[in-house]
Amino acid sequence: MPIALIDYGAGNLTSVRKAFAAVGADLFVPATPAEVDDATAVVVPGVGHFGATRALGEEWVSTILARVGEGRPLLGICLGMQWLFEGSEEAPDCAGLGLMAGQCYRLRPSTSSGPRTPDGVERRIKIPHVGWNAIELRRDASLVDGVPSGAQVYFTHSFVAPVTGDAVAVSEHGEPFAAIVQRGHVAGVQFHPEKSGEVGLTILRNFVELAG
Amino acid sequence: MLSKRIIACLDVRDGHVVKGVNFEQLRTAGDPAELAARYNAEGIDELVILDITATLERRRALADTIRSVARELFIPLAVGGGIRTEADAEAAVEAGADKVSLNTAALADPSLITTLARRYGSQAVIVAVDAKRDGDGFAVYARSGQATANRDAVDWAREAEDRGAGEILLTSIDRDGTKVGFDCVLTADVSRAVSIPVIASGGAGTLDHFVEVFTRGCADAALAASIFHYAETSARGLKEHLRQRGIPVRL
Repeated sequence: MPIALIDYGAGNLTSVRKAFAAVGADLFVPATPAEVDDATAVVVPGVGHFGATRALGEEWVSTILARVGEGRPLLGICLGMQWLFEGSEEAPDCAGLGLMAGQCYRLRPSTSSGPRTPDGVERRIKIPHVGWNAIELRRDASLVDGVPSGAQVYFTHSFVAPVTGDAVAVSEHGEPFAAIVQRGHVAGVQFHPEKSGEVGLTILRNFVELAG
Repeated sequence: MLSKRIIACLDVRDGHVVKGVNFEQLRTAGDPAELAARYNAEGIDELVILDITATLERRRALADTIRSVARELFIPLAVGGGIRTEADAEAAVEAGADKVSLNTAALADPSLITTLARRYGSQAVIVAVDAKRDGDGFAVYARSGQATANRDAVDWAREAEDRGAGEILLTSIDRDGTKVGFDCVLTADVSRAVSIPVIASGGAGTLDHFVEVFTRGCADAALAASIFHYAETSARGLKEHLRQRGIPVRL
């Protein structure tokens, strides 16, 4: 059951492959769009700038969309999830896949030192949003089988996708944003499941099951 | 609310974990992969491998150490100490590091921060700032605390952020290994001056030192080595204490 891991030069694929291997899935990195034809499912990882998705070009995009159109599961991770949407203010001239409605946008930092909690912790919002934060489940979806609401996962990003009907889980950093999205066999996670301990591995295992 | 992170640091020399006081008097603390697995099981949020190997030949073993630590680890792993060039960073990332930490090399050539941030993203670039009290301010030191960099810690942290750093790893040389507590003045000064996360390091000795650095020190994360290596406390024990004191943590 080969799952294609799309490499567009945005970051390192080692840890994603390693985490999928830990849940029993072998990922291959297609060298050409034609090689995606053999894949039972597609994973789009990524860190960095939305504009980096441009490196894939029209042929990759049409191949990925064609496979998704045939019902093969797609998982976008971090930037890969944002790419599922129509676009991002990070690179306004660069279109997303448009599989989900909405534009991605930048989180807003709080300017000065924020108010403190009663226990003395400053509530300042720093950007990027880096670290472990809780996800609140909004509805059932196959991707979150066995994941409790309130589970913590590892984020590192400055841009977010809007909370729409596709949101399965929401997190917040100054404002709520989509942490997990799923519509049928198309899914995305804003955090890094490959760096989120057991919770992350459970989500990857759920995707592998979706891929059959 | 974003959790405050607890990060365990493995100071590695020639493939073994060691720990010193004020950057000197090293003693051995165990095998890196074994310690990493233990910390992971105890719920540590992140690991840092700091390579303090003296010679270039022995430094080649670093990639093996990273690989052995990363093998069964599904939390973020940062590597620092021996990253002087883009090629060093590439070797660390390919061996399994999610982030590289720059110190002396960034002071010598600050454009390295931007080069690596463009290539791997800012989230993969930590700038480590080793600082020592100097009058009313804090002076930056290079080469493992051996040489003054003639820079103010707050100014240098701001510049690192502007050049693309994703996090600041801030170590108080005065407090390193002393167990008298983090330098909360240093940490708060730097944390307020930048908008990227600041990891406080140097001086952890008691559970309440962590409470202080997350409140008075405005730290986003805290790093410690000895307090975990010698099993004085576990990450879980520490986090339970923090939660009781109202600090948001991942448990």
